[in-house]
Amino acid sequence: MDMNTEKLNKILAVFQGERGGLISILQRVQEEFGYLPEPALSLIADFLHLPQSQVFSVATFYDNFYLTRRGDHLISVCQGTACHVLGARDILETAENCLEIKTGQTTPDYKYSLERVACLGSCALAPVVLVDNEVHSKMTPRKVKQLLTEDIDDRKIQA
Amino acid sequence: MGKSVSIQSIEAYKIDSAESLVLLRETLLADQNKTVKLVNVCCGSGCMSSGSEQVREAFISGIKGLELEDEIKVKKTGCHGFCERGPIVVVGPENIFYQHVTKEDVPEIISETLLEDRVVKRLLYEDPVTGQKCFHENDIPFYKKQKRIVLKNCGNIDPTSIEDYIKVDGFQAFAKILSQMAPEGVIEEIKLSGLRGRGGAGFPTGIKWETARNVSSEEKYIICNGDEGDPGAFMDRSVMEGDPYSVIEGMMIAGYAIGASQGIIYVRAEYPLAVHHLSTAIARATDMGLLGHNIMGRGFDFVIKVVKGAGAFVCGEETALIASIEGKSGRPKPKPPFPAIQGLWGKPTVINNVETLANVSRIILNGHEWYSQIGTATDKGTKIFSLVGKVRNVGLVEVEMGTTLREIIFDIGGGIQGGKDFKAVQTGGPSGGCIPEELLDLPVGYESLAKAGSIIGSGGMLVMDEDTCIVNIARYFLDFARNESCGQCTPCRLGTKQMFNILQDITRGKGRPGDIEILLELSDAVKQGSLCGLGMTVPNPVLSTIRYFRKEYEEHILEGRCRALVCRALIFYRIKDYRCKACMKCLHACPVDAIVGAKWQVHEIDQSKCIKCGTCMEVCPKRFNAVECVTGKIENSGDKGE
Amino acid sequence: MNKVSLNINGITVKADKGATILKAAQDAGIYIPTLCHCPDVSSIGVCRLCLVRIKNRRRFEPACRTIIEEGMVVVTDDPEIQRLRQVILELILSDHDFNCLLCPKSGQCRLQELVNRIGFNEHRFSRLEHVAKDLPIDTSNPFFDFNPNKCVQCTICVRTCHEITGNDAIDMAYRSYDLRVSTFADKPIKESVCVSCGECMERCPVGALIPKKVEHPTREVKTTCPYCGVGCGLYLGIRGNTIVRARGDDESPVNHGGLCVRGRFGYSFVNSPDRLSIPLMRAYDEYAKPSSVVEVTEEGRPITLPLVKRDGKFVEITWDQAIKYVASSLAHYKGDKIAAISSARCTNEENYLFQKFTRVVLKTNNIDHCARL
Ligand SMILES: Cc1cc2nc3c(=O)[nH]c(=O)nc-3n(C[C@H](O)[C@H](O)[C@H](O)COP(=O)(O)O)c2cc1C
Ligand code: SF4
Ligand code: SF4
Ligand code: SF4
Ligand code: SF4
Ligand code: SF4
Ligand code: SF4
Ligand code: FES
Ligand code: FES
Ligand code: FES
Repeated sequence: MDMNTEKLNKILAVFQGERGGLISILQRVQEEFGYLPEPALSLIADFLHLPQSQVFSVATFYDNFYLTRRGDHLISVCQGTACHVLGARDILETAENCLEIKTGQTTPDYKYSLERVACLGSCALAPVVLVDNEVHSKMTPRKVKQLLTEDIDDRKIQA
Repeated sequence: MGKSVSIQSIEAYKIDSAESLVLLRETLLADQNKTVKLVNVCCGSGCMSSGSEQVREAFISGIKGLELEDEIKVKKTGCHGFCERGPIVVVGPENIFYQHVTKEDVPEIISETLLEDRVVKRLLYEDPVTGQKCFHENDIPFYKKQKRIVLKNCGNIDPTSIEDYIKVDGFQAFAKILSQMAPEGVIEEIKLSGLRGRGGAGFPTGIKWETARNVSSEEKYIICNGDEGDPGAFMDRSVMEGDPYSVIEGMMIAGYAIGASQGIIYVRAEYPLAVHHLSTAIARATDMGLLGHNIMGRGFDFVIKVVKGAGAFVCGEETALIASIEGKSGRPKPKPPFPAIQGLWGKPTVINNVETLANVSRIILNGHEWYSQIGTATDKGTKIFSLVGKVRNVGLVEVEMGTTLREIIFDIGGGIQGGKDFKAVQTGGPSGGCIPEELLDLPVGYESLAKAGSIIGSGGMLVMDEDTCIVNIARYFLDFARNESCGQCTPCRLGTKQMFNILQDITRGKGRPGDIEILLELSDAVKQGSLCGLGMTVPNPVLSTIRYFRKEYEEHILEGRCRALVCRALIFYRIKDYRCKACMKCLHACPVDAIVGAKWQVHEIDQSKCIKCGTCMEVCPKRFNAVECVTGKIENSGDKGE
Repeated sequence: MNKVSLNINGITVKADKGATILKAAQDAGIYIPTLCHCPDVSSIGVCRLCLVRIKNRRRFEPACRTIIEEGMVVVTDDPEIQRLRQVILELILSDHDFNCLLCPKSGQCRLQELVNRIGFNEHRFSRLEHVAKDLPIDTSNPFFDFNPNKCVQCTICVRTCHEITGNDAIDMAYRSYDLRVSTFADKPIKESVCVSCGECMERCPVGALIPKKVEHPTREVKTTCPYCGVGCGLYLGIRGNTIVRARGDDESPVNHGGLCVRGRFGYSFVNSPDRLSIPLMRAYDEYAKPSSVVEVTEEGRPITLPLVKRDGKFVEITWDQAIKYVASSLAHYKGDKIAAISSARCTNEENYLFQKFTRVVLKTNNIDHCARL
């Protein structure tokens, strides 16, 4: 953590004096580290003069915060209404099968994490899958299988 | 043109008075008159994910290649609401509306339309009923019955360009109130207009402002609620992305009216483009002096910041949203005290929805008389709906209040996909209800939908056809509710969970007689007993579906039948051995390798492996049509043809 | 004080301005069920069992945090309210590991009381899913256990730790069905900043926060805590000849019922066989004039004299001998050579005497007190 403490302090310095900055800080820290390591949470609590238990309460309340290391690539399958009626559940299950993990989990090689999200606002293109920041629209189980069985890093290089 | 001489550089231009805004606007409009052709490429999130960025780049490089940069300008616009047809490109001066444009189509558009003024027919929208090609946006049936007041700029202007916004009367309303109206006058105007909140509850906006105005406090806040939690709705997203300045102007007017000098826009984290556009817009407005201290020399201060949500539906609720901005867990607090009296940091706070705020400048500019003519006697103005599901034209539609559901679904939405039968329409998302065919002639309005057991809500409108299972939809919404409950109060935390369990049992063929009554009793307790708006409304999907589709529940419980063939425990796929030609298509396509077969060998589905995804049925060649899906008691899979 | 008059269940009731409906009703002898309400901390109105009907209001309101108004007409019980409460109670029970026979809280449990008062509908209750919750019990704290399977998420403990003790060792973490009382990073309570004051445990309405050893006293003795100079009032619960519990005296102007870890849990020494009752002295010491030599082993003995372990032998002496020894030792020192530190466990009178002795006899102002450190 030593090297990271420095990074963390840099982030915190930006928020000096800001009222109610906890959530923004957690978002920034997660952007940096990919998740919220426990030592970071205690440092943030100290920085904001908040009880550690409260910081933990906030970090566990919101869906977007993770307390454990995530995969390099985040696969988010939309389970919003529009996507649901067009078969989003099959898409999620296919993704689970392809990656051999359950929703919310990370593959053992830390390559992929699989999440469900409630609507990405691309409902007109349902069902939708978000791979990192790339929206894949009008998905079918077959397209998902294709998307997840080819190696994502190879694909990036080609693109 | 003479006046424009006084503006040296628009980049560094400062608006320090109402006159300087007028001057800038005139200059910009004068500049625009030069004969420049415009290519508007939709760069809303929808079209971006369909590849509009590449299309835009192709236009830019194509035009550069022809050295026509001065005659043809490529502009990014926000969402047209018809994202399903994206990427959408509108080519001026004729404003030809092209859909599904790919980067490969770009050279043709340049050479045909831009250089030769000829239309590329194959990229036009074709009316599926008449087969007619539509040249302009307004020719398309999807847009014909719409009345775009809030969305008037979306898709037409570059959302990040303050100049574009000023050209379409941007900040005129704000300049007007600053120079001509007292805060009380602004509130009166909004009250007379009849504007009600578009975020769900439909509270009269003017009264909310008045309440906050009447509390004396040094510090007050305007919060724009851009949390848009309803899964399946994206109205607010499009407005924030496609016309951020309208939201900002609405907040400035609200701030002036109640005496607030700080505004906060709370945007859900899933909307990065909205955050980006809003932040850019705020920065530009601040540069120009439209935000900050002593705006337009009138002694009014106003600043805005953007706060990102972190993934919790309940944070759309006012008190939870405030807690979230304060850096706490988003757990709602009992009202009273109402935020208008004691809100953010204990100060008077007005929370308004994105769409509500986007209406404000229109009302101020055109007057309340104009606005209150739109809509019905009880419901004024327009409402944007996010029309999704099994309807042919999915997208955002803005209609006058009082338009019937039938008009929205059949005239604008073009009816049901694939010629199937309409079953129900769900409005209001997790807090709303399902409305059956009999009530389709209901005009949309706050009270009319409430009477039918639903709500307008934020504007989600999910169309369901005969292939949608009503119990599954109720189960879906309760699943959402139980996960999104903040958990603090007992009826909501445990009641939604138990309701979900029973619904899940029913969809799994484990429903018991009497379940419907227990669901009704639990719904009642959750509705009446819960602390916040979430718990009070989330039983609505269950209550309304039982009210209108009780029969379907009973079929599931008593007969083990799902007529829509959705509930997997009640259906199964099988291959009709007398039709299977052993083509092996399904065998390869099955995601879980549940199909056994080989060349020359009739295929069979291993029911223990099958996840009932339906892929086999989808891929089985139409001429063979060998896979079928059945419901009811499982019969021998090998039964011979009927 | 200003009085407000209102009507509860047809009875005209007068209560102090600013009081809640609950308070007004209770003072008038009207029962309203509560679970998340605790008079010592703020009300948040989350269990929803105290909902009552108020004339001209659209919704039921929680009695525990609705302030009375002049002329208010309140109904605390009718068939609809009853059914609502029953459903809520059934929901709580469906999520509760009720095993009352083996639960130390039995007999003093709020949930049992509620079941008796409100009752439930057998048929509906049996249709609810009863999850056999099997969350690990946190036994890390030396004085009390936390059994999350019995927790009803009333948050009284969290409010107590925040509002009364200011320690904020616990908070409500996660959400929806996963909502639970948690320390930072879900650590065992012992590893948190908890000071083991037991205030939360004292207020937990059910058997979720429960003392390690539960023995019900047969009588109580009012006394003052002997540990420090604050002098908290407390009641010692006695069973036979043994102290089995201590609780703060709500009436005491000093602590208003609060106690710290020592006052609440530190009474076992009283009956400890290890307790010293006779002065001891190191056997090799030249001043000792042993009457009899006793072997005292060092195994875990909490001897309060500052001993240096040499050959570990002690002798019993009389108080006279001990005082003589101390006096003769002190006689060697005067003025700045010596400093005196007195103890918070002494009474004020003893402390007064000690500083007088130090200043007048030892002739030094080097006197201090442990409570100041
Ligand atoms: C559970 C819940 C979720 C809500 N979500 C939203 C939302 O996503 N967006 C929104 O504008 N209002 C939402 N609301 C409504 C707001 O609390 C509030 O009424 C609204 O923002 C007020 O603005 P308006 O008066 O302009 O409609 C939600 C309410 C509840 C109870
Ligand atoms: S009704 Fe649900 S979301 Fe609202 S406060 Fe209660 S538990 Fe939380
Ligand atoms: S329904 Fe899906 S899982 Fe089952 S056999 Fe067909 S393709 Fe395979
Ligand atoms: S796709 Fe149809 S025809 Fe081909 S093997 Fe499968 S069931 Fe038989
Ligand atoms: S906490 Fe109360 S209800 Fe629960 S087991 Fe113990 S005595 Fe019974
Ligand atoms: S024992 Fe005291 S400090 Fe520890 S959690 Fe309970 S109230 Fe807080
Ligand atoms: S531990 Fe006890 S006091 Fe704390 S929330 Fe649970 S039931 Fe309430
Ligand atoms: S429902 Fe999936 S993107 Fe909106
Ligand atoms: S994003 Fe282009 S039309 Fe919606
Ligand atoms: S006691 Fe009033 S809500 Fe719990």
